[in-house]
Amino acid sequence: MAEQERERGRSSEDGTDTAVPEDQLAHPGEELTGRIDDLLEEIDFVLEDNAEEFVKNYVQKGGQ
Amino acid sequence: MALRKVLGTETEYGIMVRNQPDFNPMLASLHLINAYPGNRAQVKWSFAEESPGRDARGFGPRGSLPSGIESALVNLVLPNGARLYVDHAHPEYSTPECSNPRDVARFDKAGERVMSDAVATARSTMPQEERMYVYKNNSDGKGRSYGAHENYLVPRAVPFGEIVRHMTGFLVTRQIYTGSGKVGSENGRPEVFYQLTQRGDFFEAEVGLETTLKRPIINTRDEPHADSSKYRRLHVILGDSNMAEPQTFLKIGATALILCALEDGALGHPIALEDATSAVWRVSHALDLTEPVKLDNGRTLTPIDAQWQYLEWAKDYLHGSDLDDVYGEVVSLWEEVLTDLEVDPMRCADRLDWVAKLQLLEGFRARDHLKWSDPKLHLVDLQYHDVDPERGLYYQLVAAGKIRRLFSDSEISDASTNPPTDTRAYFRGRSVEKFRDALVSANWDALVFETGEEVLKRVPMMDPFRGTKDLVDDLLEESETPADLLRVLEGADG
Repeated sequence: MAEQERERGRSSEDGTDTAVPEDQLAHPGEELTGRIDDLLEEIDFVLEDNAEEFVKNYVQKGGQ
Repeated sequence: MALRKVLGTETEYGIMVRNQPDFNPMLASLHLINAYPGNRAQVKWSFAEESPGRDARGFGPRGSLPSGIESALVNLVLPNGARLYVDHAHPEYSTPECSNPRDVARFDKAGERVMSDAVATARSTMPQEERMYVYKNNSDGKGRSYGAHENYLVPRAVPFGEIVRHMTGFLVTRQIYTGSGKVGSENGRPEVFYQLTQRGDFFEAEVGLETTLKRPIINTRDEPHADSSKYRRLHVILGDSNMAEPQTFLKIGATALILCALEDGALGHPIALEDATSAVWRVSHALDLTEPVKLDNGRTLTPIDAQWQYLEWAKDYLHGSDLDDVYGEVVSLWEEVLTDLEVDPMRCADRLDWVAKLQLLEGFRARDHLKWSDPKLHLVDLQYHDVDPERGLYYQLVAAGKIRRLFSDSEISDASTNPPTDTRAYFRGRSVEKFRDALVSANWDALVFETGEEVLKRVPMMDPFRGTKDLVDDLLEESETPADLLRVLEGADG
Protein backbone atom coordinates (compact mmCIF):
# COMPACT_ATOMS: atom_id res chain seq x y z
CA MET A 1 0.00 0.00 0.00
CA ALA A 2 2.99 2.27 0.45
CA GLU A 3 3.53 1.66 -3.25
CA GLN A 4 0.04 2.93 -3.94
CA GLU A 5 0.63 6.07 -1.94
CA ARG A 6 3.79 6.80 -3.85
CA GLU A 7 2.06 6.27 -7.14
CA ARG A 8 -0.68 8.64 -6.18
CA GLY A 9 1.83 11.21 -5.17
CA ARG A 10 3.66 11.10 -8.43
CA SER A 11 2.02 14.25 -9.76
CA SER A 12 4.13 16.27 -7.34
CA GLU A 13 5.05 19.92 -7.52
CA ASP A 14 6.31 19.92 -11.08
CA GLY A 15 2.74 19.59 -12.28
CA THR A 16 3.29 16.59 -14.52
CA ASP A 17 0.18 14.67 -13.74
CA THR A 18 0.72 12.01 -16.33
CA ALA A 19 1.77 9.01 -14.24
CA VAL A 20 -1.63 8.00 -12.92
CA PRO A 21 -4.93 8.76 -14.56
CA GLU A 22 -6.34 11.10 -12.01
CA ASP A 23 -9.92 10.09 -12.60
CA GLN A 24 -9.09 6.74 -11.03
CA LEU A 25 -8.75 8.50 -7.70
CA ALA A 26 -12.42 8.89 -7.18
CA HIS A 27 -15.44 7.81 -9.07
CA PRO A 28 -17.60 10.90 -9.27
CA GLY A 29 -19.62 9.52 -12.15
CA GLU A 30 -20.46 11.52 -15.24
CA GLU A 31 -23.97 11.97 -14.00
CA LEU A 32 -23.06 13.80 -10.81
CA THR A 33 -20.44 16.09 -12.33
CA GLY A 34 -22.81 16.88 -15.17
CA ARG A 35 -25.44 18.04 -12.74
CA ILE A 36 -23.23 20.61 -11.04
CA ASP A 37 -22.07 22.40 -14.19
CA ASP A 38 -24.65 25.18 -13.83
CA LEU A 39 -23.55 25.69 -10.28
CA LEU A 40 -19.91 26.00 -11.29
CA GLU A 41 -20.79 29.05 -13.35
CA GLU A 42 -22.41 30.66 -10.34
CA ILE A 43 -19.40 29.82 -8.23
CA ASP A 44 -17.09 31.45 -10.78
CA PHE A 45 -18.73 34.74 -9.81
CA VAL A 46 -17.99 34.43 -6.11
CA LEU A 47 -14.51 32.87 -6.23
CA GLU A 48 -11.85 35.28 -5.03
CA ASP A 49 -9.69 36.92 -7.69
CA ASN A 50 -6.13 35.87 -8.27
CA ALA A 51 -6.34 32.39 -6.77
CA GLU A 52 -2.60 31.85 -6.64
CA GLU A 53 -1.83 34.96 -4.62
CA PHE A 54 -4.88 34.50 -2.43
CA VAL A 55 -4.02 30.95 -1.47
CA LYS A 56 -0.35 31.79 -0.98
CA ASN A 57 -1.23 34.52 1.49
CA TYR A 58 -3.42 32.31 3.58
CA VAL A 59 -0.91 31.45 6.29
CA GLN A 60 -2.02 30.64 9.82
CA LYS A 61 -0.26 30.23 13.09
CA GLY A 62 -0.60 26.68 14.33
CA GLY A 63 -3.32 26.16 16.90
CA GLN A 64 -4.62 23.23 18.89
CA MET B 1 -27.31 2.46 32.43
CA ALA B 2 -24.89 4.82 30.75
CA LEU B 3 -24.58 8.39 31.92
CA ARG B 4 -26.61 10.86 29.90
CA LYS B 5 -24.02 12.55 27.72
CA VAL B 6 -23.21 16.23 28.00
CA LEU B 7 -21.72 17.21 24.66
CA GLY B 8 -20.13 20.15 22.91
CA THR B 9 -17.60 21.35 20.36
CA GLU B 10 -14.81 23.94 20.42
CA THR B 11 -13.81 25.34 17.04
CA GLU B 12 -10.81 27.45 16.14
CA TYR B 13 -11.43 29.40 12.94
CA GLY B 14 -8.84 30.53 10.39
CA ILE B 15 -8.52 34.28 9.85
CA MET B 16 -6.92 36.50 7.21
CA VAL B 17 -7.04 40.16 6.20
CA ARG B 18 -6.30 40.81 2.54
CA ASN B 19 -4.20 43.86 1.60
CA GLN B 20 -3.20 44.60 5.18
CA PRO B 21 0.60 44.85 5.17
CA ASP B 22 1.05 44.50 8.94
CA PHE B 23 -1.54 41.73 9.32
CA ASN B 24 -1.33 40.17 12.75
CA PRO B 25 -3.68 37.22 13.35
CA MET B 26 -3.97 37.90 17.06
CA LEU B 27 -5.00 41.51 16.55
CA ALA B 28 -7.31 40.56 13.70
CA SER B 29 -8.97 37.93 15.93
CA LEU B 30 -9.35 40.51 18.67
CA HIS B 31 -10.90 42.95 16.24
CA LEU B 32 -13.29 40.27 14.98
CA ILE B 33 -14.49 39.12 18.41
CA ASN B 34 -14.92 42.67 19.69
CA ALA B 35 -16.94 43.48 16.58
CA TYR B 36 -19.56 40.82 17.33
CA PRO B 37 -22.75 42.85 17.19
CA GLY B 38 -25.00 40.56 19.21
CA ASN B 39 -25.78 40.66 22.90
CA ARG B 40 -22.91 39.39 25.06
CA ALA B 41 -21.17 39.77 28.38
CA GLN B 42 -17.48 40.52 28.38
CA VAL B 43 -15.96 38.65 31.30
CA LYS B 44 -12.75 37.37 32.72
CA TRP B 45 -12.45 33.64 32.19
CA SER B 46 -11.51 32.01 35.45
CA PHE B 47 -10.20 28.54 36.09
CA ALA B 48 -10.37 28.43 39.86
CA GLU B 49 -10.49 25.14 41.71
CA GLU B 50 -14.07 24.40 42.46
CA SER B 51 -15.71 22.88 45.47
CA PRO B 52 -19.12 21.49 44.80
CA GLY B 53 -21.92 23.67 46.11
CA ARG B 54 -25.15 21.92 46.83
CA ASP B 55 -28.68 23.06 47.10
CA ALA B 56 -31.92 22.05 45.48
CA ARG B 57 -30.72 23.51 42.20
CA GLY B 58 -27.09 22.53 42.54
CA PHE B 59 -26.09 26.09 43.42
CA GLY B 60 -24.55 27.51 46.54
CA PRO B 61 -23.29 30.91 47.67
CA ARG B 62 -19.60 31.72 47.60
CA GLY B 63 -18.14 35.05 48.57
CA SER B 64 -14.60 34.84 47.30
CA LEU B 65 -12.91 35.82 44.08
CA PRO B 66 -11.79 33.06 41.77
CA SER B 67 -8.11 32.33 42.27
CA GLY B 68 -6.93 32.22 38.67
CA ILE B 69 -7.69 34.27 35.59
CA GLU B 70 -6.84 32.92 32.17
CA SER B 71 -4.88 35.31 30.04
CA ALA B 72 -6.95 35.05 26.85
CA LEU B 73 -7.19 38.42 25.15
CA VAL B 74 -10.92 38.75 25.15
CA ASN B 75 -13.73 36.56 26.41
CA LEU B 76 -17.37 36.90 25.61
CA VAL B 77 -20.18 34.80 26.98
CA LEU B 78 -23.19 34.81 24.69
CA PRO B 79 -26.87 34.60 25.59
CA ASN B 80 -26.96 31.12 24.04
CA GLY B 81 -24.50 30.00 26.73
CA ALA B 82 -21.55 29.76 24.31
CA ARG B 83 -18.05 31.18 24.75
CA LEU B 84 -16.58 33.41 22.02
CA TYR B 85 -12.94 34.38 22.42
CA VAL B 86 -9.44 34.70 21.06
CA ASP B 87 -7.29 31.64 21.61
CA HIS B 88 -3.68 32.37 20.67
CA ALA B 89 -3.92 33.51 17.06
CA HIS B 90 -7.41 32.22 16.26
CA PRO B 91 -10.97 33.27 16.95
CA GLU B 92 -12.71 30.43 18.77
CA TYR B 93 -16.30 29.50 19.50
CA SER B 94 -17.30 26.88 22.05
CA THR B 95 -20.87 25.65 21.98
CA PRO B 96 -22.91 25.64 25.16
CA GLU B 97 -23.23 22.28 26.89
CA CYS B 98 -25.80 20.22 24.99
CA SER B 99 -27.76 17.15 26.08
CA ASN B 100 -27.94 15.53 22.64
CA PRO B 101 -26.13 15.42 19.27
CA ARG B 102 -28.88 17.28 17.44
CA ASP B 103 -28.39 20.29 19.69
CA VAL B 104 -24.63 20.12 19.17
CA ALA B 105 -25.12 20.29 15.40
CA ARG B 106 -27.49 23.24 15.83
CA PHE B 107 -25.30 25.22 18.23
CA ASP B 108 -22.16 24.41 16.24
CA LYS B 109 -23.84 25.85 13.13
CA ALA B 110 -24.93 28.87 15.21
CA GLY B 111 -21.21 29.46 15.80
CA GLU B 112 -20.75 30.03 12.08
CA ARG B 113 -23.61 32.54 12.18
CA VAL B 114 -21.94 34.34 15.09
CA MET B 115 -18.64 34.47 13.17
CA SER B 116 -20.26 35.71 9.97
CA ASP B 117 -22.13 38.44 11.90
CA ALA B 118 -18.86 39.44 13.53
CA VAL B 119 -16.93 39.50 10.26
CA ALA B 120 -19.61 41.62 8.55
CA THR B 121 -19.37 44.19 11.34
CA ALA B 122 -15.57 44.08 11.47
CA ARG B 123 -15.39 44.69 7.71
CA SER B 124 -17.57 47.76 7.99
CA THR B 125 -15.00 49.37 10.30
CA MET B 126 -11.96 48.60 8.12
CA PRO B 127 -10.40 50.60 5.27
CA GLN B 128 -11.99 49.87 1.87
CA GLU B 129 -9.01 48.08 0.41
CA GLU B 130 -8.65 45.70 3.36
CA ARG B 131 -10.90 42.71 3.66
CA MET B 132 -11.25 40.20 6.47
CA TYR B 133 -11.94 36.50 5.85
CA VAL B 134 -12.89 33.85 8.39
CA TYR B 135 -12.81 30.13 7.61
CA LYS B 136 -14.24 27.16 9.45
CA ASN B 137 -11.48 24.78 8.38
CA ASN B 138 -8.51 23.21 10.15
CA SER B 139 -5.42 23.73 8.05
CA ASP B 140 -3.73 26.46 6.03
CA GLY B 141 -2.44 23.89 3.55
CA LYS B 142 1.12 24.77 4.51
CA GLY B 143 1.67 22.57 7.52
CA ARG B 144 -0.24 24.44 10.20
CA SER B 145 -3.39 23.04 11.75
CA TYR B 146 -5.87 24.43 14.24
CA GLY B 147 -8.43 22.46 16.01
CA ALA B 148 -11.90 21.14 16.02
CA HIS B 149 -12.40 19.59 19.41
CA GLU B 150 -15.31 17.56 20.72
CA ASN B 151 -16.24 17.03 24.36
CA TYR B 152 -18.06 14.09 25.91
CA LEU B 153 -18.87 13.74 29.60
CA VAL B 154 -18.14 10.21 30.80
CA PRO B 155 -18.25 8.68 34.29
CA ARG B 156 -14.98 8.64 36.16
CA ALA B 157 -15.74 4.98 36.92
CA VAL B 158 -14.91 3.93 33.35
CA PRO B 159 -11.18 3.09 33.40
CA PHE B 160 -9.27 5.36 31.05
CA GLY B 161 -7.45 2.34 29.64
CA GLU B 162 -10.79 0.96 28.42
CA ILE B 163 -11.50 4.24 26.64
CA VAL B 164 -8.12 4.06 24.92
CA ARG B 165 -8.60 0.38 23.96
CA HIS B 166 -11.99 0.93 22.37
CA MET B 167 -11.95 4.50 21.10
CA THR B 168 -8.64 4.48 19.21
CA GLY B 169 -9.88 2.19 16.43
CA PHE B 170 -13.22 3.97 16.38
CA LEU B 171 -11.76 7.47 16.03
CA VAL B 172 -9.28 6.43 13.35
CA THR B 173 -11.87 4.69 11.17
CA ARG B 174 -14.71 7.21 11.65
CA GLN B 175 -12.65 9.62 9.53
CA ILE B 176 -14.47 8.20 6.49
CA TYR B 177 -17.55 10.18 7.58
CA THR B 178 -16.01 12.94 9.75
CA GLY B 179 -13.56 14.42 7.22
CA SER B 180 -14.06 17.81 5.56
CA GLY B 181 -11.66 17.00 2.70
CA LYS B 182 -8.40 18.62 1.69
CA VAL B 183 -6.43 19.16 -1.51
CA GLY B 184 -2.92 17.75 -1.07
CA SER B 185 -1.06 16.54 2.00
CA GLU B 186 1.09 18.16 4.69
CA ASN B 187 3.42 17.52 7.58
CA GLY B 188 5.75 15.27 5.60
CA ARG B 189 3.08 12.72 4.68
CA PRO B 190 3.18 11.07 1.24
CA GLU B 191 1.80 13.25 -1.52
CA VAL B 192 -1.81 12.85 -2.54
CA PHE B 193 -4.08 14.93 -4.76
CA TYR B 194 -6.93 14.95 -2.30
CA GLN B 195 -7.72 13.34 1.04
CA LEU B 196 -10.70 12.76 3.33
CA THR B 197 -9.66 15.01 6.21
CA GLN B 198 -8.13 18.34 7.09
CA ARG B 199 -6.46 17.05 10.25
CA GLY B 200 -5.36 13.46 9.51
CA ASP B 201 -1.84 14.45 8.49
CA PHE B 202 -1.16 15.99 11.90
CA PHE B 203 -1.44 13.09 14.37
CA GLU B 204 1.81 11.71 15.70
CA ALA B 205 1.05 9.85 18.90
CA GLU B 206 -1.53 7.39 20.24
CA VAL B 207 -2.10 8.84 23.69
CA GLY B 208 -0.93 12.11 25.22
CA LEU B 209 -1.68 15.46 26.78
CA GLU B 210 -0.55 17.66 23.90
CA THR B 211 -2.94 19.43 21.54
CA THR B 212 -0.55 21.65 19.55
CA LEU B 213 2.55 19.47 19.10
CA LYS B 214 2.79 15.74 18.61
CA ARG B 215 -1.00 15.59 18.59
CA PRO B 216 -2.37 12.31 20.01
CA ILE B 217 -5.34 10.21 18.85
CA ILE B 218 -6.55 10.04 22.45
CA ASN B 219 -6.04 13.25 24.38
CA THR B 220 -5.58 12.87 28.11
CA ARG B 221 -6.54 16.37 29.22
CA ASP B 222 -8.47 15.69 32.42
CA GLU B 223 -10.52 18.76 33.07
CA PRO B 224 -14.12 17.71 33.51
CA HIS B 225 -15.57 21.19 34.24
CA ALA B 226 -17.76 19.26 36.67
CA ASP B 227 -17.38 17.14 39.80
CA SER B 228 -14.10 15.39 39.09
CA SER B 229 -14.83 12.57 41.51
CA LYS B 230 -17.79 11.56 39.33
CA TYR B 231 -16.89 12.64 35.82
CA ARG B 232 -14.20 12.97 33.26
CA ARG B 233 -14.44 14.82 29.98
CA LEU B 234 -13.23 12.95 26.93
CA HIS B 235 -11.59 15.62 24.80
CA VAL B 236 -11.51 14.36 21.20
CA ILE B 237 -9.06 16.25 19.02
CA LEU B 238 -8.97 13.87 16.03
CA GLY B 239 -11.74 15.32 13.91
CA ASP B 240 -12.49 18.10 11.45
CA SER B 241 -14.77 21.11 11.69
CA ASN B 242 -17.76 20.28 9.56
CA MET B 243 -19.94 22.58 7.52
CA ALA B 244 -22.62 20.01 6.66
CA GLU B 245 -25.17 19.75 9.46
CA PRO B 246 -25.87 16.00 9.01
CA GLN B 247 -22.15 15.35 9.30
CA THR B 248 -21.77 17.13 12.65
CA PHE B 249 -24.86 15.30 13.88
CA LEU B 250 -23.48 11.91 12.79
CA LYS B 251 -19.97 12.58 14.11
CA ILE B 252 -21.12 13.58 17.59
CA GLY B 253 -24.01 11.11 17.73
CA ALA B 254 -22.06 8.01 16.71
CA THR B 255 -19.22 8.87 19.09
CA ALA B 256 -21.57 9.52 22.02
CA LEU B 257 -23.41 6.28 21.33
CA ILE B 258 -20.22 4.24 21.23
CA LEU B 259 -19.16 5.82 24.53
CA CYS B 260 -22.50 4.87 26.11
CA ALA B 261 -22.14 1.32 24.83
CA LEU B 262 -18.60 1.20 26.20
CA GLU B 263 -19.80 2.34 29.63
CA ASP B 264 -22.40 -0.42 29.67
CA GLY B 265 -19.98 -3.11 28.50
CA ALA B 266 -21.85 -3.56 25.22
CA LEU B 267 -18.89 -3.39 22.85
CA GLY B 268 -17.29 -6.61 21.67
CA HIS B 269 -13.59 -7.32 21.53
CA PRO B 270 -11.75 -4.02 20.83
CA ILE B 271 -10.68 -3.38 17.25
CA ALA B 272 -7.03 -2.84 18.11
CA LEU B 273 -4.82 -1.34 15.42
CA GLU B 274 -1.23 -2.44 14.97
CA ASP B 275 0.01 1.08 14.22
CA ALA B 276 -2.78 3.52 14.96
CA THR B 277 -0.71 6.64 14.37
CA SER B 278 0.13 5.86 10.76
CA ALA B 279 -3.38 4.44 10.25
CA VAL B 280 -4.73 7.97 10.81
CA TRP B 281 -3.19 9.39 7.66
CA ARG B 282 -3.44 6.14 5.71
CA VAL B 283 -7.21 6.09 6.21
CA SER B 284 -7.41 9.79 5.39
CA HIS B 285 -5.42 9.33 2.18
CA ALA B 286 -7.43 6.40 0.79
CA LEU B 287 -10.26 7.99 -1.17
CA ASP B 288 -11.74 4.68 -2.20
CA LEU B 289 -12.04 3.73 1.49
CA THR B 290 -10.54 0.30 0.87
CA GLU B 291 -7.15 0.90 2.48
CA PRO B 292 -6.89 -2.01 4.91
CA VAL B 293 -5.80 -1.13 8.43
CA LYS B 294 -3.64 -3.69 10.19
CA LEU B 295 -4.92 -5.09 13.44
CA ASP B 296 -2.66 -6.20 16.25
CA ASN B 297 -3.76 -9.82 15.71
CA GLY B 298 -2.20 -9.80 12.24
CA ARG B 299 -5.49 -9.49 10.37
CA THR B 300 -6.61 -6.48 8.36
CA LEU B 301 -9.87 -4.61 8.12
CA THR B 302 -11.07 -1.77 5.90
CA PRO B 303 -12.20 1.35 7.76
CA ILE B 304 -15.68 0.86 6.38
CA ASP B 305 -15.87 -2.70 7.72
CA ALA B 306 -14.63 -1.49 11.09
CA GLN B 307 -17.41 1.09 11.11
CA TRP B 308 -20.00 -1.57 10.19
CA GLN B 309 -18.86 -3.47 13.27
CA TYR B 310 -19.18 -0.41 15.52
CA LEU B 311 -22.61 0.30 14.04
CA GLU B 312 -23.75 -3.26 14.72
CA TRP B 313 -22.64 -3.00 18.37
CA ALA B 314 -24.35 0.38 18.65
CA LYS B 315 -27.62 -0.93 17.19
CA ASP B 316 -27.72 -3.96 19.46
CA TYR B 317 -26.97 -1.74 22.41
CA LEU B 318 -29.55 0.89 21.52
CA HIS B 319 -32.25 -1.76 21.16
CA GLY B 320 -32.19 -2.53 24.86
CA SER B 321 -31.37 0.92 26.20
CA ASP B 322 -33.51 3.86 27.28
CA LEU B 323 -31.44 6.48 25.45
CA ASP B 324 -33.09 9.49 23.88
CA ASP B 325 -34.93 8.80 20.58
CA VAL B 326 -32.47 11.03 18.78
CA TYR B 327 -29.96 8.16 18.87
CA GLY B 328 -32.33 6.16 16.68
CA GLU B 329 -31.91 8.89 14.07
CA VAL B 330 -28.14 8.73 14.53
CA VAL B 331 -28.14 5.00 13.82
CA SER B 332 -30.33 5.41 10.71
CA LEU B 333 -28.09 8.11 9.28
CA TRP B 334 -24.97 6.12 10.15
CA GLU B 335 -26.30 3.04 8.31
CA GLU B 336 -27.40 5.10 5.33
CA VAL B 337 -24.00 6.79 5.06
CA LEU B 338 -22.02 3.54 5.33
CA THR B 339 -24.25 1.90 2.72
CA ASP B 340 -23.78 4.80 0.31
CA LEU B 341 -20.04 5.06 0.94
CA GLU B 342 -19.74 1.38 0.11
CA VAL B 343 -21.70 1.59 -3.15
CA ASP B 344 -20.22 4.91 -4.34
CA PRO B 345 -18.83 7.58 -1.99
CA MET B 346 -20.14 10.31 -4.32
CA ARG B 347 -23.64 9.38 -3.17
CA CYS B 348 -22.79 11.14 0.09
CA ALA B 349 -22.20 14.53 -1.59
CA ASP B 350 -25.38 15.82 0.06
CA ARG B 351 -24.29 14.86 3.60
CA LEU B 352 -20.49 14.80 3.91
CA ASP B 353 -18.16 17.76 3.37
CA TRP B 354 -15.30 15.73 1.91
CA VAL B 355 -17.56 14.34 -0.77
CA ALA B 356 -19.35 17.61 -1.51
CA LYS B 357 -15.99 19.36 -1.90
CA LEU B 358 -14.58 16.58 -4.07
CA GLN B 359 -17.60 16.81 -6.33
CA LEU B 360 -16.99 20.54 -6.81
CA LEU B 361 -13.29 20.00 -7.44
CA GLU B 362 -13.94 17.25 -9.96
CA GLY B 363 -16.47 19.50 -11.66
CA PHE B 364 -13.92 22.30 -12.08
CA ARG B 365 -11.20 19.87 -13.12
CA ALA B 366 -13.37 18.39 -15.84
CA ARG B 367 -14.75 21.70 -17.09
CA ASP B 368 -11.51 23.73 -17.01
CA HIS B 369 -9.08 20.85 -17.58
CA LEU B 370 -7.21 21.67 -14.37
CA LYS B 371 -4.36 19.73 -12.84
CA TRP B 372 -4.58 19.03 -9.13
CA SER B 373 -1.76 21.48 -8.57
CA ASP B 374 -3.84 24.35 -9.98
CA PRO B 375 -4.25 27.20 -7.45
CA LYS B 376 -7.92 27.45 -8.34
CA LEU B 377 -8.53 24.05 -6.77
CA HIS B 378 -6.74 25.14 -3.59
CA LEU B 379 -8.96 28.20 -3.57
CA VAL B 380 -12.10 26.09 -3.93
CA ASP B 381 -10.86 23.96 -1.01
CA LEU B 382 -10.34 27.07 1.15
CA GLN B 383 -13.42 28.99 0.12
CA TYR B 384 -15.69 26.01 0.76
CA HIS B 385 -15.22 26.94 4.44
CA ASP B 386 -15.72 30.73 4.20
CA VAL B 387 -18.30 31.65 6.87
CA ASP B 388 -19.66 34.49 4.74
CA PRO B 389 -22.99 33.16 3.42
CA GLU B 390 -22.56 35.17 0.21
CA ARG B 391 -19.10 33.78 -0.56
CA GLY B 392 -18.72 30.45 1.17
CA LEU B 393 -18.99 27.60 -1.34
CA TYR B 394 -20.70 25.34 1.20
CA TYR B 395 -23.46 27.94 1.32
CA GLN B 396 -23.62 28.02 -2.47
CA LEU B 397 -24.16 24.27 -2.50
CA VAL B 398 -26.84 24.55 0.17
CA ALA B 399 -28.62 27.31 -1.76
CA ALA B 400 -28.60 25.08 -4.85
CA GLY B 401 -30.16 22.26 -2.84
CA LYS B 402 -27.05 20.08 -3.10
CA ILE B 403 -26.41 19.67 0.63
CA ARG B 404 -29.03 18.57 3.14
CA ARG B 405 -29.82 20.67 6.14
CA LEU B 406 -31.21 19.59 9.47
CA PHE B 407 -32.28 23.05 10.57
CA SER B 408 -33.98 26.14 9.16
CA ASP B 409 -32.27 29.53 9.14
CA SER B 410 -34.60 30.67 11.89
CA GLU B 411 -33.65 27.68 14.07
CA ILE B 412 -29.99 28.62 13.66
CA SER B 413 -30.72 32.24 14.37
CA ASP B 414 -32.61 31.20 17.49
CA ALA B 415 -29.65 29.05 18.59
CA SER B 416 -27.30 32.01 18.33
CA THR B 417 -29.32 33.92 20.94
CA ASN B 418 -31.12 31.34 23.09
CA PRO B 419 -29.47 28.62 25.20
CA PRO B 420 -30.32 24.92 25.35
CA THR B 421 -33.03 24.52 28.00
CA ASP B 422 -31.85 21.26 29.54
CA THR B 423 -28.31 21.91 30.77
CA ARG B 424 -26.60 24.48 32.99
CA ALA B 425 -25.96 26.52 29.83
CA TYR B 426 -29.53 27.75 30.32
CA PHE B 427 -28.62 29.56 33.54
CA ARG B 428 -25.45 31.01 31.99
CA GLY B 429 -27.20 32.20 28.84
CA ARG B 430 -30.16 33.74 30.64
CA SER B 431 -27.84 35.44 33.11
CA VAL B 432 -26.08 37.07 30.16
CA GLU B 433 -29.42 38.08 28.70
CA LYS B 434 -30.70 39.62 31.91
CA PHE B 435 -27.72 40.66 34.03
CA ARG B 436 -24.82 40.98 31.63
CA ASP B 437 -23.42 44.16 33.22
CA ALA B 438 -23.18 42.44 36.58
CA LEU B 439 -21.19 39.45 35.28
CA VAL B 440 -17.49 39.90 35.97
CA SER B 441 -16.11 36.43 35.57
CA ALA B 442 -17.21 33.10 34.18
CA ASN B 443 -16.13 29.56 33.60
CA TRP B 444 -18.02 26.47 32.45
CA ASP B 445 -18.73 25.62 36.06
CA ALA B 446 -19.24 29.02 37.72
CA LEU B 447 -20.43 32.59 37.27
CA VAL B 448 -19.26 35.54 39.37
CA PHE B 449 -21.60 38.51 39.87
CA GLU B 450 -21.03 42.05 41.06
CA THR B 451 -24.18 42.80 43.04
CA GLY B 452 -23.26 46.14 44.56
CA GLU B 453 -22.20 44.56 47.83
CA GLU B 454 -18.64 44.53 49.16
CA VAL B 455 -17.77 41.08 47.90
CA LEU B 456 -18.29 39.54 44.51
CA LYS B 457 -20.75 36.68 44.53
CA ARG B 458 -19.85 33.38 43.01
CA VAL B 459 -22.40 30.87 41.76
CA PRO B 460 -20.87 27.41 41.31
CA MET B 461 -22.52 25.24 38.66
CA MET B 462 -20.72 21.96 39.14
CA ASP B 463 -23.54 19.79 37.86
CA PRO B 464 -24.08 20.19 34.10
CA PHE B 465 -27.65 18.89 34.46
CA ARG B 466 -28.66 21.64 36.92
CA GLY B 467 -29.38 25.24 36.01
CA THR B 468 -31.94 24.01 33.48
CA LYS B 469 -35.02 25.93 32.43
CA ASP B 470 -37.24 23.80 34.66
CA LEU B 471 -35.08 24.52 37.69
CA VAL B 472 -34.22 28.21 37.31
CA ASP B 473 -36.72 29.94 35.04
CA ASP B 474 -39.07 31.09 37.83
CA LEU B 475 -36.12 32.26 39.89
CA LEU B 476 -34.71 34.31 37.01
CA GLU B 477 -38.15 35.72 36.22
CA GLU B 478 -38.71 36.85 39.79
CA SER B 479 -35.28 38.41 40.24
CA GLU B 480 -35.25 42.02 39.16
CA THR B 481 -31.62 42.59 40.05
CA PRO B 482 -28.55 40.37 40.40
CA ALA B 483 -28.76 41.02 44.15
CA ASP B 484 -32.27 39.52 44.18
CA LEU B 485 -31.00 36.47 42.35
CA LEU B 486 -28.11 35.94 44.72
CA ARG B 487 -30.31 36.45 47.79
CA VAL B 488 -32.60 33.65 46.71
CA LEU B 489 -29.70 31.35 45.85
CA GLU B 490 -28.04 32.00 49.21
CA GLY B 491 -31.34 31.46 51.00
CA ALA B 492 -31.82 28.17 49.21
CA ASP B 493 -28.40 27.03 50.29
CA GLY B 494 -28.92 28.00 53.92
